[in-house]
Amino acid sequence: MSDKKIKLKYNKQGRLLFTKQMKKEYTILFPMMAPIHFTILQQVFNHYGYKAELLTSTSPEIAQTGLKYVHNDTCYPAILSLGQLIHAVQSGNYDVNKVALMISQTGGGCRASNYIFLLRKALKKAGLEKVPVISVNLSGMEKNPGFHITLPMIRRAIAAVIYGDLLMCLKNQAEPYEKNPGETEKLVHSWQDKLVQQMTHRNGFKFKDIRKNMDLIAQDFAKIELVERKDVVKVGVVGEIYVKYASLGNNCLEEYLRSENCEVNLPGMMNFILFKIDNRIEDINLYGGSKIKKFVCRWLYKQCEEMQKSFNYSIKHFTKFQTPATYAHVKELVKGVNGYGNKMGEGWLLTAEMLELVDAGYPNIVCTQPFGCLPNHISGKGMIRKIREMDERANIVAVDYDAGAPRVNQENRIKLMLSIGRENLVKEMKKEEDKSKENEVTA
Amino acid sequence: MNSQSYRIGIDIGSTTLKCVVLDDNNKIIFSDYLRHFSKIAESLNIMLEHIKAELKLNAKSKTKISFSGSAGMGIAESCKFPFYQEVYATRQATNLLYPETDCIIELGGEDAKILFMTNGVEFRMNGSCAGGTGAFIDQMANLLNVDVTEINELASHAEKTYTIASRCGVFAKSDIQPLLNQGAKKEDIALSILYAVCNQTITGLAQGREIGGKVLYLGGPLTFLSKLRDCFDKTLNIKGVLPDNSLYYVAFGSALLSEDDINIDDIIDKVKNYRNNENFAYQSPLFKDKKEYEEFKKRHDSDYVQTLELKGYDKPLYLGIDAGSTTIKAVLIDDEKNIRYTKYLSNGGNPVTLVKDILNEIYAINPNIVIKGSAVTGYGEDIIKNAFMLDYGLVETMAHFEAAKKFLPTVEFVIDIGGQDIKCFKIHNSAIDNLFLNEACSSGCGSFLQTFASSLGYSIEEFANLGLFAKRPVNLGSRCTVFMNSAVKQAQKDGATIEDISAGLSISVVKNALYKVIRASSKDDLGKKIVVQGGTFLNDAVLRAFEIELQVNVIRANIAGLMGAYGAALAAKNLNLEKSTLMDKEQLKTFKHEIMVTTCQGCSNHCRLTINKFDGKRTFIGGNRCEKPVTKKVVNNDLDLYKYKLDLLKSYESNKGSRGKIGIPFALNMYELIPFWTAFWSELGFEVVRSDVSSNELYHKGQNTIPSDTVCFPAKLVHGHIIDLLDKGVKDIFYPCMSYNVDEGRSDNHYNCPVVAYYPEVIKVNVKKLGENSVRFINPYVGIHKKKFFAEKTYEKLKEYYPFLTLHEVKQATKAAYKAYQEYEDKVRTEGERIIQKAREEGKMIIVLAGRPYHVDPLINHGINDLLSSFNVAIITEDTVAHLVKKMPPIHVLNQWTYHARLYEAANYIKDKKDMQLVQLVSFGCGVDAITTDEVRDILERNGKIYTQIKIDEITNLGAVKIRIRSLLLAVKNKEVKHVG
Repeated sequence: MSDKKIKLKYNKQGRLLFTKQMKKEYTILFPMMAPIHFTILQQVFNHYGYKAELLTSTSPEIAQTGLKYVHNDTCYPAILSLGQLIHAVQSGNYDVNKVALMISQTGGGCRASNYIFLLRKALKKAGLEKVPVISVNLSGMEKNPGFHITLPMIRRAIAAVIYGDLLMCLKNQAEPYEKNPGETEKLVHSWQDKLVQQMTHRNGFKFKDIRKNMDLIAQDFAKIELVERKDVVKVGVVGEIYVKYASLGNNCLEEYLRSENCEVNLPGMMNFILFKIDNRIEDINLYGGSKIKKFVCRWLYKQCEEMQKSFNYSIKHFTKFQTPATYAHVKELVKGVNGYGNKMGEGWLLTAEMLELVDAGYPNIVCTQPFGCLPNHISGKGMIRKIREMDERANIVAVDYDAGAPRVNQENRIKLMLSIGRENLVKEMKKEEDKSKENEVTA
Repeated sequence: MNSQSYRIGIDIGSTTLKCVVLDDNNKIIFSDYLRHFSKIAESLNIMLEHIKAELKLNAKSKTKISFSGSAGMGIAESCKFPFYQEVYATRQATNLLYPETDCIIELGGEDAKILFMTNGVEFRMNGSCAGGTGAFIDQMANLLNVDVTEINELASHAEKTYTIASRCGVFAKSDIQPLLNQGAKKEDIALSILYAVCNQTITGLAQGREIGGKVLYLGGPLTFLSKLRDCFDKTLNIKGVLPDNSLYYVAFGSALLSEDDINIDDIIDKVKNYRNNENFAYQSPLFKDKKEYEEFKKRHDSDYVQTLELKGYDKPLYLGIDAGSTTIKAVLIDDEKNIRYTKYLSNGGNPVTLVKDILNEIYAINPNIVIKGSAVTGYGEDIIKNAFMLDYGLVETMAHFEAAKKFLPTVEFVIDIGGQDIKCFKIHNSAIDNLFLNEACSSGCGSFLQTFASSLGYSIEEFANLGLFAKRPVNLGSRCTVFMNSAVKQAQKDGATIEDISAGLSISVVKNALYKVIRASSKDDLGKKIVVQGGTFLNDAVLRAFEIELQVNVIRANIAGLMGAYGAALAAKNLNLEKSTLMDKEQLKTFKHEIMVTTCQGCSNHCRLTINKFDGKRTFIGGNRCEKPVTKKVVNNDLDLYKYKLDLLKSYESNKGSRGKIGIPFALNMYELIPFWTAFWSELGFEVVRSDVSSNELYHKGQNTIPSDTVCFPAKLVHGHIIDLLDKGVKDIFYPCMSYNVDEGRSDNHYNCPVVAYYPEVIKVNVKKLGENSVRFINPYVGIHKKKFFAEKTYEKLKEYYPFLTLHEVKQATKAAYKAYQEYEDKVRTEGERIIQKAREEGKMIIVLAGRPYHVDPLINHGINDLLSSFNVAIITEDTVAHLVKKMPPIHVLNQWTYHARLYEAANYIKDKKDMQLVQLVSFGCGVDAITTDEVRDILERNGKIYTQIKIDEITNLGAVKIRIRSLLLAVKNKEVKHVG
């Protein structure tokens, strides 16, 4: 390969740019969050000629690396995802002169918008300031000559998300009840591979294709042989998006809950995307602003909403599984509880998801948050009392995640929630039994 | 007899193992507990054998077993014994034993729980940050140098109580220490500690839900400490019950839940064969082998000061005393800087008595002693200097620097890890340049190791040495004490040995210092010439961990634990006095010390003062924030913009108003917007009622409605302000949500932080009283940043509440509001200019006390502005200089918050102003400041300025703040001297 030096270019503010030449030669690393979604998402970048690589490392050194280079009072997701990136660069597995890092930037009022700057500071501390950092955002921040987010790319990314949501949703509902252990997991993997294959061949992005794929996926999942298990506790997981999805961030929460004989419901990512688009519309409603911007947002919103509709259609039509709530429904639920203007982080959506889960038969909830997460003081912990007031079935435990927060304490608190959940389940079953007995008698 | 079944319930908590055996009638036929010192399997084995013998069980007896408790989780899982969560078990027991219970309060070793049993069953456990409880009382007892049971005895003789931060053990500690040093009575402190525990439990766990009806007290602390039960009774206005077997409820419940038969021998076998998975994160050992350790030892043994005979020595001597937070150290040196006497005492609560003893001992050893100089440093500096008439008092950092120079004249970095605090500083041009102190939260440090060692039944030396050759030091992270406690629990569960834990703790202490306090990422940050000191470094494990982490050899003197006192002695020597004023043998004989506690009426702070009288004439007052009670003079705060701002904001009053009253909380973002909203509502014809300026009483009014115990203090305060408005009889309260703040056109965006932006939402659903008595809580989303749309949009939202409003009126009100805000801003800026000018005329240093607008709140800033004024400096705020920056150079963060943009600009403005310094106030738990502090520091340090940060929370201890300020002033002065010279 060419040993030719790559010229480093900086913009006026002194930011190292990701150039067209780099696009050809650099590997772009990005941190893990939701494994199914991100594996597919990786293909979207590669489809556009980037050499993107999703980091799957899980070593405990990741947190240590994060703590070493990132301000320790920063939120845990920053410490982990930045730690994972730097840990990878330092691992020796990549040519330090041919690697770039990619991270999302929301542009909201939460600290998360600053991750990218923290990453640059951390790289500087680690003596890696020549590694370019790419911001993935929809607000037009930080442009790079070698990296562009285009509308078709956004649509493909949305496709990746919807596929991820579907696989996750069906997997979570099938797995606890499968007759042949491992069958569901296998199916998820085979579809994951199939979709990745399709995408490398430039298929599976069109709305038509997505619809078709979703139908096929649903049909396949419908074939999984299930057995009735009445002792399974239904648990919903909500929270700050990173610790909610990333097993690295939540000490393998999903796995733990599964081992405790639970069915886990992780609300999908699509609603979060719709939420972020809708925020822009709400902002204009609340404070006034550009009509064109509102129009564009509405269009994008409609696109996603359409996709959500066919998502639910596929599940409803081909399977007996429960369909997740639509964005519009979730939004309606939270009306009067948490204002639509509350948009930083997960904003009102977090509260809404808890309400929805209780409604949908998942009254046992783990509300995950990084220790000291600002938006969660409001929409997570701040709202639990109200939710319980509205529906006393709600059995919510708020769990803090942090580099120093030990698993034993977290699991002990979750165990308490599960004990209550189990007790309620037994009560419920008894009620049903009594009812059916009554029916027998009257019959 | 044979058909009798035995149900064994085992409860393994953080410190003890408890066991109950029930018969068929749920009667307790056996109960016992023992401290397990983290040897879970061994202790369990002992207990089981004990049961077997006591109840004469054999393989044929019908036994069942079930486990509970956080430390029992691991062994139960791996031996496949049934396990029940302890709160759940408690409830099972209560249902049977006390079915009429409404509420249970259970305190354990490290957990606190409240169980609401009726009207909506709800179980609450303390969050991971709110540690404390049993372990906390242990720590406090340690601090007072008494036994835990003595705390109860002491508390029953108390006369007064002090306010002690009730959140986290570490905070409380930093409240208590200064009280001790000021001479407060142990009895009063003991009771205050118990009240702190009580408050902590109630605020942390009740979260607005009322505790009443039949209340049950369970767990160790509530069983053994009757005064603690009294505290709960009084605070909650109830008469709680301490039931029989209050220690054993968890074990009892667990026994009740046991189901499957398993014979006792099988149980014992399983426990004997128990091997935990040994699956924990670990790091490389501290030493490869003995040889490596010997070399290490040899290298450090060369940094040595001789100790010679004091008896009969008749040449001049110099006395240095370090009255530290947990210890008192004294050193006498001769002209050759040899040591002639040392004393190291743990500060059992009264430094004055201890120093008196020390002096007596010195005079006894050498009756003809010649002392030519004496100096004192540390928290107790003032009181000791005053009591015994020492010549000189110096700030701790200087003392440590003096001592470090003795061993390494060209020292570049000094780090001192003491019992309570970590102090480190850089030396630049032979002056202290950059000071790092640990924040109240991450204390831990030496006393943490100490407490840990004793809880496991070791002395600290033994304990630390255990780790030297540990094979797999546990990775415990770099967090505060409370977290470490639980991390250790986790490691134990995973099968780490005591050796591994000991080594892991030593490494954690080091990591804490390096990454939390200093924020270093490599050795280059600290320079090459490093002197380490403080008692903690006398442990070779800690020292080694430090060298490994930094990969550099450092210097540790044999007197590492005495460096403060040694430095003070050196300073005393440098005074070159003919004779010390120190109290002599005769004077000491008649020495008298009286203590009186009173509340200062000098201002609204109402400090709790401890008045010490020595020999009936010299008075020393502790607990004061300003010099008023001491000098009887009013502090000259003519050059204090904090005071000006507060007075100005208080002066905004509206007319009576024909359309009714509207209440506005004087908190968070509403602080700076008082002019805006007062004008707005007045113009609309309303009378604006503002809540009072924050006070402790006001805070306590709303304390029990706070849902998140880790949110910042300024946000917690809002609850009190809302209750205050309700108490004032206001029916309509206006507290809008604001994603965006004023657009000052100086940053990429103009957000509020998430907490400020949406706190009204928390208030709305958590303050129950807002739903009563036709009170209306008006919290629309308003966009003050979009002036163009403001009137129209706000009109739409207010119409709902006030249908009579017209758009025209709202437009007029909007105009008035923006105008009033502008005028306020102008006034503040003009006053800022005046202060700067006057300070320059008088040659005073100007300090930009930078924070948020609501840091002007005296309860939030704890009177730090008064403290600064007493150092004769002028104080301005960030917003008085921010606008003076014409073109802001690019910064390395996303500049998207209005308040924070001002910080960057203020830092940028003063970067080349010789007479200006910046001190940043940071509220504990402020997430955004994790970003701003680094950037502000960066801007300043790049330009050769010193960055000083003060973390504030509920705590009222200004001791650490004083050290920071004094060190800053000293460093600036030294720099100037260097400059001129």
